[in-house]
Amino acid sequence: MDELVADFIAETRETLEALDLDLVRLEQQPNDADLLGRIFRLIHTTKGNCGFLGLVRLQAVAHSAENVLGAFRQGELEVTADAITAILDAIKTIRWISEQLAASGVEPEGDDSAMIARLDAIFANAGQPAGQGQSAAVEAPPAPSAVEPAQAPPTMLLSADDEGDTLIVRLGGRPGIDAACRTALERVTGSAFGPPERQIVQRGLCDGLCSAARGSETAEEFAARMAAARAEWSEAPTTEALLDAVAAAFVSMGARPTAIQALLTPIGGAPELAATVTASHASLASQAPPIVAPAAPPSAMQETESAAAQTIRVNVDALEQLMTVVSELVLIRNQLIQTLRGQPESPFAAPLNRLNQVTSDLQERVMTTRMQPISGAWAKLPRLVRDLANELGKKIDLTMWGQETELDRQVMELIKDPLTHMIRNAADHGLETPEERAAAGKSQTGRISLAARHEGGAIVIEISDDGRGLSSSRIRAKAVSNGLITQAQADAMSDAEAHQLIFQAGLSTAQAVTSVSGRGVGMDVVRSNIEKIGGAIELSSVEGKGCLFTIRIPLTLTIVSALIVECCGERFAMPQSSVTELVSANEAAQHRIEYIEGAAVMRLRDRLLPLLFLQKLLSLDEALCDPSETCVVVARVGSFSFGVVVDRVFDTEEIVVKPMATVLRHLKVYNGATILGDGAVIPILDFKGVSIEAGASQSGALSRQADEDETGDQSQPRQTVLVFRSLNRSLKGAPLSQVARIEEIGAEQIERVDGRTVVQYLGKLMPVLSADDQEVAVWSGETKRPLLVFSRDDRHIGLLADEIVDIVETLAQVEIAGSGRGAAGSLIIEGAATELIDVDYYWRQVGLGGSAGAGPSSGLDERRLLLIDDSPFSRMLIEPLLGRAGYHVTVAPDVGAALALHGQGRDFELIMADLSDQVGRGRWLRETLSRADRWHDTPLLGLGMTKLGDSLERTEELPTVAEAITPCRGAA
Amino acid sequence: MTVAARVEEDLQGLVYVRVGDGVFGVPVMQVQDVIAETWINRVPLAPPEVAGALNLRGRIVTAMDLRVRLGMPARASNQTHMCVIVEAASELYALLIDDVGDVLWLNQDQYEPTPVTLNPKWRAVCQGLYRLEGELLLVLDVDNVLKIGAAAHGSP
Repeated sequence: MDELVADFIAETRETLEALDLDLVRLEQQPNDADLLGRIFRLIHTTKGNCGFLGLVRLQAVAHSAENVLGAFRQGELEVTADAITAILDAIKTIRWISEQLAASGVEPEGDDSAMIARLDAIFANAGQPAGQGQSAAVEAPPAPSAVEPAQAPPTMLLSADDEGDTLIVRLGGRPGIDAACRTALERVTGSAFGPPERQIVQRGLCDGLCSAARGSETAEEFAARMAAARAEWSEAPTTEALLDAVAAAFVSMGARPTAIQALLTPIGGAPELAATVTASHASLASQAPPIVAPAAPPSAMQETESAAAQTIRVNVDALEQLMTVVSELVLIRNQLIQTLRGQPESPFAAPLNRLNQVTSDLQERVMTTRMQPISGAWAKLPRLVRDLANELGKKIDLTMWGQETELDRQVMELIKDPLTHMIRNAADHGLETPEERAAAGKSQTGRISLAARHEGGAIVIEISDDGRGLSSSRIRAKAVSNGLITQAQADAMSDAEAHQLIFQAGLSTAQAVTSVSGRGVGMDVVRSNIEKIGGAIELSSVEGKGCLFTIRIPLTLTIVSALIVECCGERFAMPQSSVTELVSANEAAQHRIEYIEGAAVMRLRDRLLPLLFLQKLLSLDEALCDPSETCVVVARVGSFSFGVVVDRVFDTEEIVVKPMATVLRHLKVYNGATILGDGAVIPILDFKGVSIEAGASQSGALSRQADEDETGDQSQPRQTVLVFRSLNRSLKGAPLSQVARIEEIGAEQIERVDGRTVVQYLGKLMPVLSADDQEVAVWSGETKRPLLVFSRDDRHIGLLADEIVDIVETLAQVEIAGSGRGAAGSLIIEGAATELIDVDYYWRQVGLGGSAGAGPSSGLDERRLLLIDDSPFSRMLIEPLLGRAGYHVTVAPDVGAALALHGQGRDFELIMADLSDQVGRGRWLRETLSRADRWHDTPLLGLGMTKLGDSLERTEELPTVAEAITPCRGAA
Repeated sequence: MTVAARVEEDLQGLVYVRVGDGVFGVPVMQVQDVIAETWINRVPLAPPEVAGALNLRGRIVTAMDLRVRLGMPARASNQTHMCVIVEAASELYALLIDDVGDVLWLNQDQYEPTPVTLNPKWRAVCQGLYRLEGELLLVLDVDNVLKIGAAAHGSP
């Protein structure tokens, strides 16, 4: 059955139970406004759900009941016993239909017009004096039962046992009779299924019984009707057998024997029936099984009752407390095991072993109760989008990725509403009408996509649309007119800042308030809901192109598998999901830690793995470090791998991630803490945070290349500069991205050819220049000097330096523009004025300035390349490689930023994107990027950082794959 | 007398604690528990005031060393400590102190605001003080005591 319907049934059952009690109380205290309000809301919710699921029959009944309740609430209608009865009957009908729905998955066929007319008649009297209302109800022709006296709350479907009821009501109305007919046929034929003709007989029986119950059909008419129906089906049971079975079915459904008799006797039911029925009813009353039990299958009602018991709703807090208690139990078990470890003969050994197993089992089960795939929160969205599309007259296509991403059910409950709201927003304000889209040159069908993934210990949900995007000017104007900001503030605001205003309360840019959205409550609530669970929401939008919201929710209470490591006597947990392998790195082992200019690296299967020392990163006490064993945990963040050096690796454990205390939350290297089996509290390392922290502390290791075309960009471009002293000892800087290698050469290697200084390099002659625009003087002595090698295609030039000072990350903005003689400008680096060399100048010096590979300033457009990669590490690695190969690389940390570049009119010849290890990410990426229409012909190259085989597989998801083997493939 | 009755009589209940040479009162309504010296796991890179984290019946409790918080010399290695467990914003914190005494129920007429001349570091964490016989009891403002990460790093 549809998951939604199952949810609905569970919820409706609860609602109905609550309603039964409340309605009875309402009768006793008709003026209790709270009670009325609650009942009204319950019915209202049910009605809403029905409408949502397209359950028309239920919705119609609930709607009429709601009208009556609404009138009660407004004081327009007095709460009378018969009105309550009518509502109780309506609830009975709702209950019966929903039980049928639970059994078969579809609404049963049938007609509730009598019930609805009865409710509507009561409602029609709203505002009139109660006495008149009652008499009017009596007169209302389609409501024959409107004058029933009060009755007890029903406990069974057919509890109507009051002789004052009309016969049909006492038998549960048409739904009741219909159910009895179905059960009867089942019993007589011994099967729940049959040929289509069977339906004719069943319907005939049901129609006949209904008419008979209303007293509008005589025995002859009934016999004729049954004969006609039975003629259609050759295997039809006899009418007598059917009527017997109907009687039995009514008995098992709890109908009064007198009512059954009253129904069946006039149309020729068996004369001995009364006795049977009375006896069976007596036995039923004494809780004995129905008399027909041995041969007959259990009735539909009983089946649904047992099905209902399979799930119950549990308060999440209860689960949480259970979790805490179980954790405590685990600790006690561990203590016991440790105590008894030395005594194998102990009589406690066997029971303890058992306790151990049971505890582990219990822990595991409790843990899994909390996790659910995100599809649970998304299940309603396709329907919502379809309905919205109809309502708004738009064509909308919803795509979803990563439905299997599991998250804590508490978190899921909390994001459901924000997600729904954002989808509504996207459909209503985001997407344009088909006409507008066609006019704007877009396809008529708007696209909303939803993607979820786990990333760095968080769940990232991206919601994007290819609609009109946010108009920053309109937001500004609206914010000013609402008094949120002043005109001056608005003028000073960047577009990105203006976009953030939509998270303020009271700002809606929808031009009209629609039934769907636009009332100005929304994004502020969305944001506060997300922040409440420790998440963050980001937004990027390009006017005319669409919007991308990125929601990042941390794992507040999730169970993860973690590796427990030790460094300098302290233990840490590392999320297993980010750990790719463990490498032992002692002197004797195959893998050795090597150093390049103080930076530790390790060769691992022909790749160079940057290493971080946990001891240095966390400032641990070096004295406690155990040098005998060194282990490298190879981790991956996004698509980049690095190694973390620790002393020892213990084991993997399933740990409960608990949030860091507020006073420690600024430590980005942790994403929580956990309690280990022995009771110790240890921090959980966040590899993403670790990589960022490492980048900040290890000079310039994680930088982002400045984009010269984009100075003053909102993201504050930074670049990594290699600082060196030129031959005349002045400080110079070269953009690291352009430096291909640093060689050390001795004076004897320098040769002179045709008035130029050259060295032999890779089998070719490479011109050597001095970085201070002077002749390269050959020095004396044995000292070697560093040579900065710049490469374009297969050509190289060397810049001779006196010494390499440092690699620093700095703002790309130059303080003073350059003179043009080899200087691109001056920077302040670490407090000293440093001249940034213009590499292109040196290329021109050797006559290669305008040729094949050109620097950024000469703007050879065929070399423009966009790199979409969220990992600072891999940007650091790939970007210089590409830069060295002569490409002009622009980096976007995510797709949103890439789209922003598109919006700025930037074009590229190739887009390279990190696919990390998300299955389907390639396709998702392509779809998201397809919004950038100017880029449709731009090849998109997916980068995978794992085995070549894997990445090829992934790139196949992309339709326009440039089969270019770029240096990055080698780097990977 | 019941706690409720005492609160009604406008008596303030304070857990008497000693930290170095100073005596302080922790409002009793905020105290969850007082536990003896326990194993505290250090959290690398944490601010100096944070001594680490400990496990209290399955809940993680962040330990804050009041000596460091109040700018006092560190405890000698052979000196024992106690922990007063307090709750703030549904998180548990352990205040490390040297010794703990009784719960005192003090009358408002013994109450004084914090003198302006008090060491600013102390002033920031004290609500006021009570004149006891022979000594002055500073009332700790637990929320301000815990305001180190936020103040120092601008994150709530």
